[in-house]
Amino acid sequence: MTSELDIFVGNTTLIDEDVYRLWLDGYSVGDAVALRVRSGILEQTGATAAVLQSDTMDHYRTFHMLERLLHAPPKLLHQLIYQIPPSRQALLIERYYAFDEAFVREVLGKKLSKGTKKDLDDISTKTGITLKSCRRQFDNFKRVFKVVEEMRGSLVDNVQQHFLLSDRLARDYAAIVFFANNRFETGKKKLQYLSFGDFAFCAELMIQNWTLGAVGEAPTDPDSQVDDMDMDLDKEFLQDLKELKVLVADKDLLDLHKSLVCTALRGKLGVFSEMEANFKNLSRGLVNVATKLTHNKDVRDLFVDLVEKFVEPCRSDHWPLSDVRLFLNQYSASVHSLDGFRHQALWDRYMGTLRGCLLRLYHD
Amino acid sequence: MPGKLKVKIVAGRHLPVMDRASDLTDAFVEVKFGNTTFKTDVYPKSLNPQWNSEWFKFEVDDEDLQDEPLQITVLDHDTYSANDAIGKVYIDIDPLLYSEAATVISGWFPIYDTIHGIRGEINVVVKVDLFNDLNRFRQSSCGVKFFCTTSIPKCYRAVIIHGFVEELVVNEDPEYQWIDRIRTPRASNEARQRLISLMSGELQRKIGLKVLEMRGNAVVGYLQCFDLEGESGLVVRAIGTACTLDKLSSPAAFLPACNSPSKEMKEIPFNEDPNPNTHSSGPSTPLKNQTYSFSPSKSYSRQSSSSDTDLSLTPKTGMGSGSAGKEGGPFKALLRQQTQSALEQREFPFFTLTAFPPGFLVHVGGVVSARSVKLLDRIHNPDEPETRDAWWAEIRQEIKSHAKALGCHAVVGYSESTSICEEVCILSASGTAAVLNPRFLQDGTVEGCLEQRLEENLPAGCGFCHIPYDELNMPFPAHLTYCYNCRKQKVPDVLFTTIDLPTDATVIGKGCLIQARLCRLKKKAQAEANATAISNLLPFMEYEVHTQLMNKLKLKGMNALFGLRIQITVGENMLMGLASATGVYLAALPTPGGIQIAGKTPNDGSYEQHISHMQKKINDTIAKNKELYEINPPEISEEIIGSPIPEPRQRSRLLRSQSESSDEVTELDLSHGKKDAFVLEIDDTDAMEDVHSLLTDVPPPSGFYSCNTEIMPGINNWTSEIQMFTSVRVIRLSSLNLTNHALNKNFNDLCENLLKSLYFKLRSMIPCCLCHVNFTVSLPEDELIQVTVTAVAITFDKNQALQTTKAHVEKSLQRASTDNEELLQFPLELCSDSLPSHPFPPAKEHLESASSNSGIPAAQRAVTVEKTSPMGEGNFRNRSAAPCANSTVGVVKMTPLSFIPGAKITKYLGIINMFFIRETTSLREEGGVSGFLHAFIAEVFAMVRAHVAALGGNAVVSYIMKQCVFMENPNKNQAQCLINVSGDAVVFARESELEVVSTQQPAANCQPACTGGEVTT
Repeated sequence: MTSELDIFVGNTTLIDEDVYRLWLDGYSVGDAVALRVRSGILEQTGATAAVLQSDTMDHYRTFHMLERLLHAPPKLLHQLIYQIPPSRQALLIERYYAFDEAFVREVLGKKLSKGTKKDLDDISTKTGITLKSCRRQFDNFKRVFKVVEEMRGSLVDNVQQHFLLSDRLARDYAAIVFFANNRFETGKKKLQYLSFGDFAFCAELMIQNWTLGAVGEAPTDPDSQVDDMDMDLDKEFLQDLKELKVLVADKDLLDLHKSLVCTALRGKLGVFSEMEANFKNLSRGLVNVATKLTHNKDVRDLFVDLVEKFVEPCRSDHWPLSDVRLFLNQYSASVHSLDGFRHQALWDRYMGTLRGCLLRLYHD
Repeated sequence: MPGKLKVKIVAGRHLPVMDRASDLTDAFVEVKFGNTTFKTDVYPKSLNPQWNSEWFKFEVDDEDLQDEPLQITVLDHDTYSANDAIGKVYIDIDPLLYSEAATVISGWFPIYDTIHGIRGEINVVVKVDLFNDLNRFRQSSCGVKFFCTTSIPKCYRAVIIHGFVEELVVNEDPEYQWIDRIRTPRASNEARQRLISLMSGELQRKIGLKVLEMRGNAVVGYLQCFDLEGESGLVVRAIGTACTLDKLSSPAAFLPACNSPSKEMKEIPFNEDPNPNTHSSGPSTPLKNQTYSFSPSKSYSRQSSSSDTDLSLTPKTGMGSGSAGKEGGPFKALLRQQTQSALEQREFPFFTLTAFPPGFLVHVGGVVSARSVKLLDRIHNPDEPETRDAWWAEIRQEIKSHAKALGCHAVVGYSESTSICEEVCILSASGTAAVLNPRFLQDGTVEGCLEQRLEENLPAGCGFCHIPYDELNMPFPAHLTYCYNCRKQKVPDVLFTTIDLPTDATVIGKGCLIQARLCRLKKKAQAEANATAISNLLPFMEYEVHTQLMNKLKLKGMNALFGLRIQITVGENMLMGLASATGVYLAALPTPGGIQIAGKTPNDGSYEQHISHMQKKINDTIAKNKELYEINPPEISEEIIGSPIPEPRQRSRLLRSQSESSDEVTELDLSHGKKDAFVLEIDDTDAMEDVHSLLTDVPPPSGFYSCNTEIMPGINNWTSEIQMFTSVRVIRLSSLNLTNHALNKNFNDLCENLLKSLYFKLRSMIPCCLCHVNFTVSLPEDELIQVTVTAVAITFDKNQALQTTKAHVEKSLQRASTDNEELLQFPLELCSDSLPSHPFPPAKEHLESASSNSGIPAAQRAVTVEKTSPMGEGNFRNRSAAPCANSTVGVVKMTPLSFIPGAKITKYLGIINMFFIRETTSLREEGGVSGFLHAFIAEVFAMVRAHVAALGGNAVVSYIMKQCVFMENPNKNQAQCLINVSGDAVVFARESELEVVSTQQPAANCQPACTGGEVTT
């Protein structure tokens, strides 16, 4: 006796959260059944393995059929075929678009192309995440990227509107899309200590301040609305950053800057002497990062540079985070007192974001 | 009265990409009604076209309005080649034809294609303007309401219940026409869908005409079926109960009228003659197996029908009337004669209802059934479907005569079905013989009935159990005792019926689903030889199915079956029998004895030991079941019961039947005949296996109950969460082990595993009950068995359930221990008569006086009230607002029940009757057979919901999947499936909402809607 056909269709589509998770994690039906057996469900319910097998198959089939709709979540809401309560719909979507930290760290900043997709095998081996799950996560990134790529307006809003994700998840996706678009390097060994959250935090700041969308509200040229997008860094802004060079190129200005900072921080900083000794190096590092951002290559290396030029030197001198904060605040603010420096707004736009990023990046 | 049909095509959405180059679609719509077609403009390059068309107007006869469906075809415009069809929508406009139902159909309909399934949606608005015209010779029957519900629909009151209406129409099946050799399967499937839609419309109209002739205005319990006879054609037939219904306007009034289906029934022990051969013998046989009679040899037509019909009909009618004459004379009650005269005018005093207005049902005689094996031949003249009509007339005649033999003039809970394999067709009909109150059948009022009832002084809760036949002239050997409730009338020891449990019936404990499953191999044969083989097998099957049912009933410690449905399915090389029913313990009937095992070879020591071991297991099971189903009948002393009616023993080797838990009754039972059912003889390995299989039925896991009736006896406090589902399984038998025994085991396992899977899947709803569990078996191919189950899981409140049960038991104990019969009867009558009929104030008074007189504690009163409103209306009112009063727009509930727990049906919008065919030539790509059928059933649900929503409804009640014919050809990567579903579209309102609306501002409604997602159905 073999079962040829075995289905269960409810007027309300039954969703088993545990099985959904197993499916999302890319387990085959067989593996999923084995895992469920191990969870002790047979003992709890008195069911047999055959029942479990049939149940798992059924859920997998349902998920498989729902997957097409999950690729465009608004469709899931408006379709008529599966009657699913709104709370369940939200759960389906949210879980489908959720991703593993380990996985996202591997592909963050990489081009979401076929080439990267080929590397998924390696990523799967390295992270222990099933290839199937890696593919789903990768395809999600790519799909979201494709949809919002050409859109105007807020990146987070666009993601949220087209994928109906929670605020948190939409922000994460905005970061992923932003990183993929700008191809920031995140895979270098010295960046390994950083979490996805760190990068996402930086991405948000950068989207808010450094993109074209960021200046959209400012009374700039109304015609430039055409390019009101959160995806790309503001080219004009990057070009302007060259003007900051003067802060380190002009020796007087640099000295003045240093003395202003030192005066203000004397006695307040535990690592004052180290700071005093390193000031010019740190300042050069931070300003040089800014001036190089016109080159795509240097944009990509932004995080590498920040870690090399700032985080690592401070860390090797054992600066506590509070001192880093004091220093950066003072460092940014003191520029306003430099009479010869005319690019205050530019400096604030640059340093405001950078300060936030650096503080986030500064940990072990 | 001709009318004007107006259609507006608004927009489309989610259309498929039809032009690969642009990834877009240039869609337009054709709207067709009858022979008139309109087209919208092409809306270029969009997957979400906005046509916003003008109103397309069709001026048509109302006859056409009833027959024809509105056909909407969405196409992709193609400049260079033929336009491609995207899909179709068929809209039945019947609901617009009667005033009280829907006034407009407006909404999003899934666009359906037989190959691709649902492909996007289309927004359509449909209206009808009817012009009155009083042509007496009209062919249309606009205005007659149709209900699938097999009880008087809530919010209506039955003024008169006229009786049986039936009709059938035949046509050639497009699939089998010569043209199919040249046209695509898709084209012929579309032709089939269209034809069946047309035929259902025509059938409904014709039935409507009959109703008008009877001066009724509605058909209740409308059951329409298709027989796909293959080459011989396509038959669409329908039966129903014509009624005159009155709309209840005030909400206060409708509660009682609708919710008091005091159906009553009774049944007779299946006292089958152990030797089936006698069935074919003399005319006395039909009297003997009245309960369910099969007379295959009589009704089977050896040659093609028409010529033979007369021959076979004549002797049968003779027998029928003979028995009637014999039985009819001595019948006692005046009432009965009255009824008889009212009913005799009718050709077939049949009622498709399974639940009845209070007082309608007086006595129940038992199940009557008839089967007949026919050879199909081509229907030569579709306009004169005489042959099929004659076949059914013959079967109905037989049913009628069986009912007469049981001293009954009517058959309730009546249904008909067929099973077809190649050119052989088994026609089956079954129902419950009953004595009805005549007042309902002619002009008169319900009030009148009630008075009459009181005069009759029939004790409620047991009256329907009392035998309608003459005990001295019993149609079959039965074991009678005095009613355990009123002690005045005789009752049988077991009662089988096809109807729902009457709401006023006194039940002890809870009920459970009981199934008998059976397979019999048969040789492959052609035509006549095949038909003969089948008709020879039928009696054996019926006998065994009943034995199994009886044994399982005993094993559960119960004494009555409700909702009995026996399905016999014919296949190429086997016959399958599946009987489902809900077992209960009726307080009025005697405690069932146990099951005694007897060995044939008593000398073998080890064998004896084995037997005694089995006996112990059986006794343990009975004890366990009694506990599980909370069956604690009151102990009754011997005098009260009175002396049993002595009866000749059937067998000399009669053995004691006993069960450990009911010793006191056992003593009495010992002397009675009719023991066969209690004794299992183990004379060979087969018998041994049978006993084993009895014990293998696993009870549902704790927290689960199941029944195939509308409501579960013993559970009153339903909460609002419901989940309707359909589950389908197909197994392939390995041809090696094709023995009867292996077959039985496979089939049994299939059903048991299916149930287990359901319990597992629905475990999150515990405590819950699977209601209206409906199993359908088919044999699509040689070695395939397909089982389809549709049911609804309803959650209930466990705490309340326990209280109720306790109170209930107390009540019955109390009743039993009281000697004063008068005191007893008084309150009992009240709960069935006064309460359902009305007005709470008088009822309360009665109760109060009753309780003060008799000293019955208040607790009992509560129980009484609850019992009369099984739909939970009384209970729900007390409950605080359901956690998820979820009125989220777009949610459409579906249920096979006639009600929605915790809600009130405020309006019936019309009948939903839909037929779909789906085919694929890429079976593997669609996920194999399971993927294909899963998607299709989900689509069918979606289309039903969309139609209901467009009518303005939010639920389908009395939903049924009447057919699910699945065929596959894996080698060709093809599959095809036909599904036919029906139900009543309704608007319901949550009771909690009703209250909220009246007391609070509307804003309060939003809250539950947002949060209440969890509980949709």
